[in-house]
Amino acid sequence: MEVAFYIAGIVAIVSTVLTITRLNAVHALLYLIVSLLAVAVVFYAMGAPLVAALEVIIYAGAIMVLFVFVIMMLNLGKRAAIAEGQWMQGNVWVGPVLLSAVLIAEVVYLILRARLTESAGGVVDPKQVGLALYGPYLIGVELSSMLLLGALVGACHLGRPVLEKAEGRYDRNSDGARAHSGGNPIRAGARGASDAP
Amino acid sequence: MRRNLIFILMSIEIMLNGTGVAFVAAGSRWGQPDGQIMFLFILAMAAAEVSVGLALVLRLYHLHHNLDADAANEMRG
Amino acid sequence: MLGLLWLIPAIPFASALVLAVLRFSRRQVAFIATGATAASTVVSVFVTMAFLSAPPVSHAYTQVLWTWIDVGGFHPEIAFYLDPLSLIMTLVVAFVSFLIHLYSTEFMIDDDGYSRFFACMNLFVASMLTLLLANNLLLLYLGWEGVGLCSYLLIGFWYRDPANGAAGRKAFVVTRIGDTAMVIGLFLLFHDLGTLQIQELMQRASQAWHVGSSVATAAALLLLGGAVGKSAQLPLQTWLPDAMAGPTPVSALIHAATMVTAGVYLIARTHVLYSLAPAAQFAVALVGAATLLIAGFSALTQWDLKRVLAYSTMSQIGYMFLALGVGAWPAAIFHFMTHAFFKALLFLAAGIVINALHDEHSVFRMGGLRTRLPVAFWTFLIAGCSLAGLPLITAGAFSKDWIIWGAWSGPAGSAGLWIVALIGVLLTSLYTFRMIFLVFFGEARTEVTKRPGKPMLIPCFVLAFLSIIGGYVKTPFARFLDTVLPWTEGSHSVPITELVSEVIAALVFLIGVYLAYIFFLRKRAYAAALASSVAGSALHQFWFSDWGMDWLYDRLLVNPLMWFARMDKSDFIDGFYTGVARTNELAWRILSHTETGRLRWYAAGIAAGSVVFIAVVLFL
Repeated sequence: MEVAFYIAGIVAIVSTVLTITRLNAVHALLYLIVSLLAVAVVFYAMGAPLVAALEVIIYAGAIMVLFVFVIMMLNLGKRAAIAEGQWMQGNVWVGPVLLSAVLIAEVVYLILRARLTESAGGVVDPKQVGLALYGPYLIGVELSSMLLLGALVGACHLGRPVLEKAEGRYDRNSDGARAHSGGNPIRAGARGASDAP
Repeated sequence: MRRNLIFILMSIEIMLNGTGVAFVAAGSRWGQPDGQIMFLFILAMAAAEVSVGLALVLRLYHLHHNLDADAANEMRG
Repeated sequence: MLGLLWLIPAIPFASALVLAVLRFSRRQVAFIATGATAASTVVSVFVTMAFLSAPPVSHAYTQVLWTWIDVGGFHPEIAFYLDPLSLIMTLVVAFVSFLIHLYSTEFMIDDDGYSRFFACMNLFVASMLTLLLANNLLLLYLGWEGVGLCSYLLIGFWYRDPANGAAGRKAFVVTRIGDTAMVIGLFLLFHDLGTLQIQELMQRASQAWHVGSSVATAAALLLLGGAVGKSAQLPLQTWLPDAMAGPTPVSALIHAATMVTAGVYLIARTHVLYSLAPAAQFAVALVGAATLLIAGFSALTQWDLKRVLAYSTMSQIGYMFLALGVGAWPAAIFHFMTHAFFKALLFLAAGIVINALHDEHSVFRMGGLRTRLPVAFWTFLIAGCSLAGLPLITAGAFSKDWIIWGAWSGPAGSAGLWIVALIGVLLTSLYTFRMIFLVFFGEARTEVTKRPGKPMLIPCFVLAFLSIIGGYVKTPFARFLDTVLPWTEGSHSVPITELVSEVIAALVFLIGVYLAYIFFLRKRAYAAALASSVAGSALHQFWFSDWGMDWLYDRLLVNPLMWFARMDKSDFIDGFYTGVARTNELAWRILSHTETGRLRWYAAGIAAGSVVFIAVVLFL
């Protein structure tokens, strides 16, 4: 169990570093998915099977898939990769590296300062988690459901004109008003599409 | 500092994931389910944020036709 | 009846407030303002009748309204004190202000600031009456400052012309110098004697100080400083000629009949103090004598009609100060009364002339108005004769003869002062008749465009009448004032009798008239030749500029102060204020760099902030 924990940890760190240094967005996404899977293994090794499963299902399975969809829809291509290369020059990294170093130092200091006794070990069942969720943390559950509702409505509203333009590409003959789009959604805006308020 | 909006959103996901790890670790240290519950909330929040964020990214792309974070700067000077 | 005393200053004050705050039409404003002064006059008459028919104990009545301040041993009250002196002065002031208000209702009819004018005038009347009726020196000082304020407001009434504002400022600043001296005097009096209530003060002073003590002299001299400032005597007289920039009714009321006599009232009120300090009293006489000569010479050379009258006022108040200085107290007050009548009349008639000739001020451009403005001519003539002292039929002659006689025979009089007073008579008749001959005789140089109406003529008639008969009340007057201002008739032996002195004065008057006739009516060429000769023109210039005092003060006081102010333009106190402003600007400039509008910049800001915050939480 210990070995799996350490290996999965190393894999997670390495793949995260690779994520943020890639030029191609799709490559970076794939590395991110790997990182998330490794973290799921870490969770399982720490005795939290529920969140391990949820990590894979929701995080890697839904959120990352959403990312992939959007990137595919944007259809960036080689030009974007070259632009990325131009942006990621040397001196861009100085500030972030500095800040992160300070942050890592603080975290390490905290860990070292805390007297680490043996962990209680043990697996925390999904059952325990469920009981806690519907017990003391009930309000949190309700609130997060409202949050998700808000996100749903917001995303639906914000995304509608874009989707309509995207659809217009596929049924050209159905609606005369949409026939003018004629190109991909990227250049549809040039025809004077009005942003929905 | 990456200028591509997609990369920015990805980095946010990484950060959220990292805090989730910390929470779960803390919860397993004490053997309480609270850490995992916290992580669940973080998960739900991340999902909401990603969906809205990507919708916004699509609109910005619509407007500027590039994914440059600096392009959305309408301030002069 | 005597209890109505407080109404006398209160009614004009209330009217001033009402006029300042609310809006009325012209007729209403005129009615309210004139009505207030009329009411004040009526109440004064009632109070006078009550006082005369049933005089209160020791001929003094005090009405206390409330205690103003109560600190330590110092509790001045808002209280009014009525005795023969304040009674006479109140009556004269109230009546003359009523007449002048009536006159101004027509004089100022075309002006935009009609309501403001009457509010200021009423406030002035209220302050002056407070001054006269005050029980203690602090309340008197309140009235004193009030009249100073209204004088400033009214001199600079036509504020759109900066010259008027400058004249107002000059008046205020110069009188302020006098006021400071007076305040120091008040401090001294309170410090030594422990009270500012006038009657108390006089009693304690006569007990605590012997005749000629230095404290008494100091206090008396300081009060004299205040009186000199307010009454435009040497050395603080430079403001009065420039104060003629205000409207004519203002000059008539404030700078002829009332405010400038406040100094005379102050000295008369505190005469016990001056009796205790003969040196100071002599200083009073000296100031009066010097001023009356200087002003007389200056009046001979002026071409602006109102400035001649201003110098004339200075000179006549010099007579009053002379009377006070030699110990002839009632003579000074009597001259105040007659002077109020004829000087106000002179100004009102001059106002008619100036108005009729469409704001022409120069006497050399007037002429021949004898037939065209007969009312103005006759009233001006009567007032001028009263001023110069035409014997037997004018009031001014009686009062002036009393002063001239007192200058020799009074307790502190001397022959020298008598001669000075006679020279003053010569000068007075000279410049008065110069005015009359130049303005009303000869051929007309400017056409008459406006004729005066009834509100302007009635006050002139009334004042003319009073200028004639006012002198006949001399004996009852002296007797009435005897309880307050004792007059020891002929206290030291004088070679001549009073009658001889009066005859000599009359002769001097006639010589003056004759000289004026020669120079200004018959052979004007003589005057012109005299003026253009070398010595003559130098003298002319010297007298014209008020004996060079303006020039002197400018060099001596104003220029160094202005230089100093300019040097000190940005000292460290200023640096503090500009430093605050500049720090703000610097901070803004720095912080404006953070508003870039770039997303990544803001994200970096959040990251850096959170790092710092964690560090703070950890380590502090």
